[in-house]
Amino acid sequence: MSEPLLTVENLQTQFFTEEGVVRAVDGISFEVNEGEIVGLVGESGAGKSVATSSIMRLVENPGEVVGGTVRYRDEVLVGFEEGPDGERRRSPEMLSEAEMRTRIRGREIAIIFQDPMESLNPVFKVGDQLREFIEINREVSKAEAREIAVDMLREVGIPEPEERYDDYPHQFSGGMRQRVLIAMALACEPNLIIADEPTTALDVTVEGQILDLVRDLQAKYGTSFIWVTHDMGVVAEICDRVNVMYLGEIVEQAEVDDLFYDTKHPYTEALLRSIPRPDQTVEELNPIEGVMPEAINPPPGCRFHTRCPDAREVCRRAHPAYQDVTGDEPPHRVSCVKYEDVGYEDSDPLETAATGAFGGGLVEARGESDE
Amino acid sequence: MSRAVARHDEEQVDYGETILSVEGLTKHFSQGSGLLSSIFPKPKVKAVDDVSFDIKKGETLGLVGESGCGKSTLARTVLRLLEPTDGAVYFKGENLAELSGEAVRNHRKDMQMIFQDPQSSLDPRMKVGPIVEEPMKAHGLYEGEREERARELLEKVGLDPHHYNRYPHQFSGGQRQRVNLARALAVNPDFIVCDEPTSALDASIQAQVLNTMRDLQREFGLTYLFISHDLSVIRHISDRVAVMYLGQLVELAETDELFENPQHPYTDALLQSIPVPDPRAEGRRGVLEGDVPSPIDPPSGCRFRTRCPKLIVPAEYDLTDAEWANVRRFVRAVDRRTFEASTGRAIRAEFFADAEPRGDAAAVVDESIEAILEDDWDRAAALLTESFAENSVCAEEKPAYHVEPEYGRGEHFAACHLHRTKRAD
Repeated sequence: MSEPLLTVENLQTQFFTEEGVVRAVDGISFEVNEGEIVGLVGESGAGKSVATSSIMRLVENPGEVVGGTVRYRDEVLVGFEEGPDGERRRSPEMLSEAEMRTRIRGREIAIIFQDPMESLNPVFKVGDQLREFIEINREVSKAEAREIAVDMLREVGIPEPEERYDDYPHQFSGGMRQRVLIAMALACEPNLIIADEPTTALDVTVEGQILDLVRDLQAKYGTSFIWVTHDMGVVAEICDRVNVMYLGEIVEQAEVDDLFYDTKHPYTEALLRSIPRPDQTVEELNPIEGVMPEAINPPPGCRFHTRCPDAREVCRRAHPAYQDVTGDEPPHRVSCVKYEDVGYEDSDPLETAATGAFGGGLVEARGESDE
Repeated sequence: MSRAVARHDEEQVDYGETILSVEGLTKHFSQGSGLLSSIFPKPKVKAVDDVSFDIKKGETLGLVGESGCGKSTLARTVLRLLEPTDGAVYFKGENLAELSGEAVRNHRKDMQMIFQDPQSSLDPRMKVGPIVEEPMKAHGLYEGEREERARELLEKVGLDPHHYNRYPHQFSGGQRQRVNLARALAVNPDFIVCDEPTSALDASIQAQVLNTMRDLQREFGLTYLFISHDLSVIRHISDRVAVMYLGQLVELAETDELFENPQHPYTDALLQSIPVPDPRAEGRRGVLEGDVPSPIDPPSGCRFRTRCPKLIVPAEYDLTDAEWANVRRFVRAVDRRTFEASTGRAIRAEFFADAEPRGDAAAVVDESIEAILEDDWDRAAALLTESFAENSVCAEEKPAYHVEPEYGRGEHFAACHLHRTKRAD
């Protein structure tokens, strides 16, 4: 197998707030290979968006990337080393802000956000925004850039591209604006596109159109994607490999088929059981009990143990290692003590909202009670 | 203690009987106000146009459609939070559309609504207990036992009754939606309109709230009109489902029937567009093209016809299915200008390689290709639309048919002319 395009190792991003340090992304590792769509899935607050902005080095105050490595081909986007006094400092290989801007963002790695209206400037014409972007990043003349822009608009399925070139963003529908952003992301032929919930704000028929478009374009240009979403349907539809995030950590990583059919982590399993299905009648939904705890004060041991139906005493003490459990290629990594030799089998079941072990049959749907 | 939540109904409607009946309900909005627009009136937005359906006591009617199709306007007009332009809404036999303001207010205690955003529908400066008591006060009900009832309701919706004195910001999104549920139940309503109640919630929390809503329905004999754009949620919660497109109902059937045997091309397209949480599910076929037309000037006849993959061939042309499919693809491409004009031969090769129309249809295609080569796209588009799209039965008549259901025995309404032959026999 070829070298990965992007490697993320033990990435940590923290927010220094008045209430304390929020460990929004806490040591995640994954890689993206050439021509692959890698999913990053989780509920709100899991840290998906912080993870992607950390890769692009777009985290804003009070947030800061505090550790780990992000390597894109031979470039070090994020890197740290130990100083003489044992303190952590930026490694000298790490690209400067100017290098990130001129060499990486847009040209090598592009990003598409959820809300297309916020990514487009409302007072400039759509076509001109696209043209300017191409002009700056591809060093072509204005006229050439305009031609490329019109071609890109046609490519992503904007009707009457010559006429629509002179429209303003508000004259476009939500789906068309998202197409423009895809055109913009593709315009500089990047090797990797980070798509942060790009179809979440769209209607299902429009979402279908966009997913089809992305698949076609991906086949044509061989672009890799990191696809951030909370929708398991979209994951199943488009991703090759998936990372499941919970409270700042990746808890499971597998090929898409294995994730659905050979699920290893109790959180992934619970998530899959809790969603209603469009293709079959589900009589009773099995919700995950409770709510995701605050990242400012995560539970000790395994972070999911407070809501986990399989939780045992040991889950509260031992922080599970994130490891491959199948030995196959590509690996199926899980972070759960069930797959470790730390005495899960002999441990006593834990009384949580989800296990209802000592509920005496009186299991009320009161899972969200936060006491 | 349970006395406080016990039902007290004067005008009881039995289970399975119609509790709400909507007939030809229409809501048009005028655009702009003031002197100028009264002199130069702008065209009206036809948000809801001639919608009819019944809801039976104890059932959940799901209402599904894409944003802007008029779901929320319909719901608000049913509750008369908006004045209907035309049509009638019978609730327990009385026409709400004709009642005076006072009489409608009296009825409001039987009909409640839950909104999408649990945050903005709760007053941040009120504690949740008083929030739940508010509707009781407004209707002068449960004097003296309001606090007890509020605590009891909080428990019923799955919250801790001790949270009576907390503020909305101290709860999570799912818990806030539970407070909304408790408030809606406070006046012991029969009918609740739920407008995207779980759309703002995460998957795992959504399941908790949906389960609670179902339990409450069974316990209190509630009737829901459940609005959502999420077909998975609709399938889970509904007994019957109505599909809305551009202000009108296109299909209404029992849930299994609608999902397993959809009879309207729009429903079919919707169902095929949903990403299924199963990587082994077969790939989607034929996603809808184009955007929803404007509700200011909706298409004549069937409103879906401009995007319909099954548009019926006009009677005067004798075309095979393949020829007609090519013609429609060509019409759409010209309309959207998705290709560049090169030569007549190239255009033919691109669109009519496998089947080229003959006769009158061929003449129209030839003329429009000439127009394109002269760079007169507008003339070509107009010619094609006039000759093909506007001539179809889909453009001439508003469809309304009843189909024999394959699943269950409930009525199956489908507004599609493909069923017109079935009516004849």
